Amino acid sequence: MTIALQSYVYIFWSSTNMINYNLLLVAFWVFGGFHAVKYIFIMFSSHRHDDLKEMLDSNKDSLKLEAMKRIVAMIARGKNASDLFPAVVKNVACKNIEVKKLVYVYLVRYAEEQQDLALLSISTFQRGLKDPNQLIRASALRVLSSIRVTIIVPIMMLAIKEAASDMSPYVRKTAAHAIPKLYSLDPEQKDQLIEVIEKLLADKTTLVAGSVVMAFEEVCPERIDLIHKNYRKLCNLLIDVEEWGQVVIINMLTRYARTQFLNPNINGGSGDKTFYGSDEDEDEDEEEKEKKPYVMDPDHRLLLRNTKPLLQSRNAAVVMAVAQLYFHLAPKAEVGVIAKALVRLLRSHSEVQYVVLQNVATMSIKRRGMFEPYLKSFYIRSTDPTQIKVLKLEVLTNLANETNISTILREFQTYIKSMDKDFVAATIQAIGRCATNISEVRDTCLNGLVQLLSNRDELVVAESVVVIKKLLQMQPEKHSDIIKHMAKLTDNIQVPMARASILWLIGEYCEHVPKIAPDVLRKMAKSFTNEEDIVKLQIINLAAKLYLTNSKQTKLLTQYVLNLAKYDQNYDIRDRARFIRQLIVPTEKSGALSKYAKKLFLALKPAPVLESPFKDRDHFQLGSLSHLLNAKAGGYQELPDWPEAAPDPSVRNVEVKESVRAVGTVTHRDTGALWGPQRMEGSESCSFPRSDSASGSESSSGSEESGSGSESEESKEASESEEEEEEEEEEQKKKKKKDLKKPKIKFDSLGESSEEEERKHQRKSKPRKSESESESDEDEESESESSQSESEDSESEAEVKKKKKVQTRVNYRESAQQQGASKTIIRFKKAGFSFLSNAHRSLGVFLQTIAPSSALKSYELLHRITGEGLSVEYCFSRQPFSPDANMVAVQMQFTNSASSDTKNLHIEDVKLQSGMRVKEFPEIELLPAGETATAVMGIDFCDSTQAANFQLKFFVSIQPPVGELMRPVFLTENEFKKEQGQLMGMNEITEKLTLDVKCRNEHAIVQRVTTAANLSRVPCGSDKECRFAGRTVTSGSLVLVTVATKEEGAAQLTVNCEKMVIGTMLVKDILQALTQ
Amino acid sequence: MIHSLFLINASGDIFLEKHWKSVVSRSVCDYFFEAQERATEPENVPPVIPTPHHYLISVLRHHIYFVAVIQSEVPPLFVIEFLHRVVDTFQDYFGVCTEAAIKDNVVVVYELLEEMLDNGFPLATESNILKELIKPPTILRTMVNTITGSTNVGEQLPTGQLSVVPWRRTGVKYTNNEAYFDVVEEIDAIIDKSGSTITAEIQGVIDACVKLTGMPDLTLSFMNPRLLDDVSFHPCVRFKRWEAERILSFIPPDGNFRLLSYHVSSQNLVAIPVYVKHNITFREGSSQGRFDLTLGPKQTMGKAVESVLVSSQLPRGVLNANLNPSQGTYTFDPVTKLLTWDVGKINPQKLPSLKGTMSLQAGASKPDENPTINIQFKIQQMAISGLKVNRLDMYGEKYKPFKGIKYMTKAGKFQICPYNTPFTGFSLTVLTNQIHVFR
Repeated sequence: MTIALQSYVYIFWSSTNMINYNLLLVAFWVFGGFHAVKYIFIMFSSHRHDDLKEMLDSNKDSLKLEAMKRIVAMIARGKNASDLFPAVVKNVACKNIEVKKLVYVYLVRYAEEQQDLALLSISTFQRGLKDPNQLIRASALRVLSSIRVTIIVPIMMLAIKEAASDMSPYVRKTAAHAIPKLYSLDPEQKDQLIEVIEKLLADKTTLVAGSVVMAFEEVCPERIDLIHKNYRKLCNLLIDVEEWGQVVIINMLTRYARTQFLNPNINGGSGDKTFYGSDEDEDEDEEEKEKKPYVMDPDHRLLLRNTKPLLQSRNAAVVMAVAQLYFHLAPKAEVGVIAKALVRLLRSHSEVQYVVLQNVATMSIKRRGMFEPYLKSFYIRSTDPTQIKVLKLEVLTNLANETNISTILREFQTYIKSMDKDFVAATIQAIGRCATNISEVRDTCLNGLVQLLSNRDELVVAESVVVIKKLLQMQPEKHSDIIKHMAKLTDNIQVPMARASILWLIGEYCEHVPKIAPDVLRKMAKSFTNEEDIVKLQIINLAAKLYLTNSKQTKLLTQYVLNLAKYDQNYDIRDRARFIRQLIVPTEKSGALSKYAKKLFLALKPAPVLESPFKDRDHFQLGSLSHLLNAKAGGYQELPDWPEAAPDPSVRNVEVKESVRAVGTVTHRDTGALWGPQRMEGSESCSFPRSDSASGSESSSGSEESGSGSESEESKEASESEEEEEEEEEEQKKKKKKDLKKPKIKFDSLGESSEEEERKHQRKSKPRKSESESESDEDEESESESSQSESEDSESEAEVKKKKKVQTRVNYRESAQQQGASKTIIRFKKAGFSFLSNAHRSLGVFLQTIAPSSALKSYELLHRITGEGLSVEYCFSRQPFSPDANMVAVQMQFTNSASSDTKNLHIEDVKLQSGMRVKEFPEIELLPAGETATAVMGIDFCDSTQAANFQLKFFVSIQPPVGELMRPVFLTENEFKKEQGQLMGMNEITEKLTLDVKCRNEHAIVQRVTTAANLSRVPCGSDKECRFAGRTVTSGSLVLVTVATKEEGAAQLTVNCEKMVIGTMLVKDILQALTQ
Repeated sequence: MIHSLFLINASGDIFLEKHWKSVVSRSVCDYFFEAQERATEPENVPPVIPTPHHYLISVLRHHIYFVAVIQSEVPPLFVIEFLHRVVDTFQDYFGVCTEAAIKDNVVVVYELLEEMLDNGFPLATESNILKELIKPPTILRTMVNTITGSTNVGEQLPTGQLSVVPWRRTGVKYTNNEAYFDVVEEIDAIIDKSGSTITAEIQGVIDACVKLTGMPDLTLSFMNPRLLDDVSFHPCVRFKRWEAERILSFIPPDGNFRLLSYHVSSQNLVAIPVYVKHNITFREGSSQGRFDLTLGPKQTMGKAVESVLVSSQLPRGVLNANLNPSQGTYTFDPVTKLLTWDVGKINPQKLPSLKGTMSLQAGASKPDENPTINIQFKIQQMAISGLKVNRLDMYGEKYKPFKGIKYMTKAGKFQICPYNTPFTGFSLTVLTNQIHVFR
């Protein structure tokens, strides 16, 4: 049997390659005997899809999974699996995650074809949208929006709108992703979608930023006005956005900047002109009359500064995006920084090189000086693919100038010997271009090329001929030798283009070679019929020119050629022949034109300009597909020209919500400061003025708005911090601002009275806080800010005191840093965390601190690094948990040591053993940076030490020591003895022990036991015995502990408990407590 | 953004397709095949091919073309970089990225592609997050999965995606905590016949394999950081810290990753560790050519030069080569005309040489191309730029990790070109003489 089966297996395996060998064997093992046979036959029954259907209908997940895997494999190979749709969709709510995922894959692939059936699945996703877990909500939205079925557009719209205001940034990100999907499904939704985009653009998390800008670019790239308010925020967030989002944002901001700022090269560029050699910026000259000095908009500067560090990204697309931004937006003197980064990309994959070189080629025309130091990086290696070689050649040619031409020509000379003929041809072209551009080397090049005419390779010769022809046009009289030489080549060269070029040359300069030209024509006439079309045309051309200059010798030949051409198969040639005959051969009917024939044919022709195919390509945004193809691709957004006058910069000012102000002020410097999680490191030392977060909020946020209503000052401030040198007037304005009426703020939770100074502090601390600290960053920022702080000296002293006072109350650990805090500038990494949101309303509730007694041991729930700045400690407060007496009260202390606020702290996704219950603490809507909050939750552990797992932004778990599972009860000695008597035998556990040296008095024993377990002491007559009693929290079973001491530290521990497990564990814990 | 992806093997079969938006017929690949035919070499297929309705952007890795179909404007590098990231991920998952590996793991591949792009826009490309979502297949796991019916899709939800340290997965635990860093430098050089350097530069990378529990915060400092001319970082590296102190400070991803790549520019003097003496001549009229090549070490700081491999594309006219290596073995492929000589280790006392004759096609004229010689080699325990790691410190966790650092130098694109510089170049006198001859 076994052998037979195995052979089946092999047969089937070899006959279909769909099946996984392992799986078959395993199926064989698992199902064994008859089942295996059946299974195998099911799999291979003649209706290949019936078996799959059957497997999908089965209730075994493993069969379903296998079926789905095979279906997905079919899809991957492009096979049609659409007839399985009903069978598959049924499984959309399958419990198994992998099956579910594969069903999604299938659904998204075929929903478009099976619209009606696809609707069956919708309700599952709608349910998913309501799930408490953010990741499930997100994935439901993702699949729902990927189903391209028009009927569900309204559902999708609703889901997107809802998700856009979800509290989880991840869900909001998914909403942003869904927008373009819906838009492509139904463009009529555009207006509504724009509203959602507008909303999401205001989002302040890095997670959302990239995705929403992507949606913006796909749906409404023309609505540049939506960006204004978010511009600074986007600039500041940029460095933290994931790589792909960075690319999209940078490209979009490039366009934005071109519409909003002035051309930085308008009059500042003249100084650089010499430096950059051949740079010519058209706009430069025409604007010279303008006298007004150019001052860069601070927002413009902000963009440049914040993108610069991204040149060091590992992602080539990001580097390219920054490079194009600098190329299009930066003042000339600053563009140079991108060269090094671009050159670095040349060491990447050849496809990357290809794209980068195209862009470098374009840039090198405008800004040659930038790449000159990297000339050698463009040297060609024999191992480069041809397309890369040709592009490098292009760049080298663009970079050639008087000083480096000799090196470059030497390089070219080696290239000519390459075996790659296409490349050799391109090199010869390049030499030609160098020769036309740099007159000093023209003769050298020409001679070099002539030398190549004796090359053995025909292609080389042909290409040389073509190039020489172009060069000769510049100064033919000097080079009749070469023309003669080339005339001789007609016998050997077969490449049509080369032959045509030679013929044209001879015709054009027939006066320089009067003897040879007619002879060449004679030979050509002979071979006319066998020539290629372009050669034929040139033969006719030559004949005509010779007829006009030397009709004596060539009249008959010309007639002969024209006659041949008259009957040629190609109509162009017939036309040309007819036209030329009319023009040059005088007949009685010949028109007015024939007397001008000479002028027509022998006019002096301008020498061709050999220019780069990359010239003027920079009217396309660099790095774009359109630039690469040199043709407008669908969806390409034109890069606008600089405006004549700058549009109102105040549109970018943001209404003065606290947080946003932080954005405005902070900005700069530090965007670069932190790459990645630096903020975490800084966070330990973060010290925020307590006042803010604790403050009574509502009132303050309201007053805040009125308080700093003058938004323009806001922006000034922003600008000022970066360009400290300028503007004293700003200073004055700032003063004025300070004098504005200060808002009145209450510190209710701290109970501090609001006095004048307080308010000042409050007011002042905001910009300060926004410039948030982090000493550990060893920022040089402090100096940059010092100017600002100096101006505020008078106030700051008072403030510092205040701050200290306030903060000491808050957080001891941080007090050490207070000293620094006043002068250290606190900088925000993340712009957008609002200090003030309505969240404060509920905050007060939680801030009521339950002072933890020192005896209570606290445990770490979430480490600050794991928790990204949020650390949570918990202890068992041993106080009755009022909402539910059967629960153990767990007191949690949240410390936000990140530099940003944490919002919406709550428990979700609770995973418990059966019977266990959790009473969550009310959500902490906002935990400002540097703050600590406490909350109490209740857990019914069901009298077991099983851990309660749940999610608190991160997965955490609480495992109680057994001693915390009980609460003290008061018993008299008699009661104790009575109860003890009932809990004998199995319920009694006795251990002998030797007490720790320090633990031989009664007091110590009591203390240690009560620390280990939540028990109360039972009065006892004997001083040799200590008794304790308690009840388990859930079931109320009695727990009785007796410690009887004997001589020299010997002791006996007895635990009586109905629950033996608890008893055993308790003995262990108490033993440990007493012996150590 | 990216509409569809087609995977095409060397023989032109589309063996995998994936669509993120409406299905694009695979006939769109015909334009690609056309371009492929036009290109003589596989690597010469243009990376961007416009077609009437779509644009095809492709990369070639491991003899597989990854062809992305896009419909509207998108930065081409964006797509190219993404495709390379896909290949890297496959390689990371399956060890190799071959057609067979992809076909064997087609479901995992599909799941990966599904997670990496949403509606054509990259979603999760960090290997740590992906691994949390989809476990890489191992033989053991495949067996266990098939028996128990469990899945290789992570049960956990991708919490990493929500984190501010998206590159590191959460809850990492190891019994042995270790962090290894490999400093690998490649020399790219073009050297002329006389041995003088035309261009030379060093590309270096620091690849790390970090297996540390929890959330370690590492700092890596160098003895001579100023050497590094141009660097690009893994996103985990704190840029500002580098700017200010030239210290790499980072919370590492779990597992293998490239921490840093750097460049030591040609402006600095680059030590060239080997020299080559070669003499390859063909005589006019004779059907024999002479081949003579000797290798020797130079500036290796006493370290041995290993795994030396010399290859050269001989001119087309060469029929066969009859050579005699003093060590190692050589092969000559008469079809591709590729000569390779596997030298092995260079013994400074007895320099390896390869001498002999080449037979040319009878009657053919003297080949005018001179072959370039490519050399590969390895030197262990040395970074040719002299870069040295000073120390590695860990913060944020309490245990003591095991730390290791390794240096290696390799030849990158190391070419000996057959000419001397400066060239006689376009000498006018020679030319005018020639022209006289034509008269």
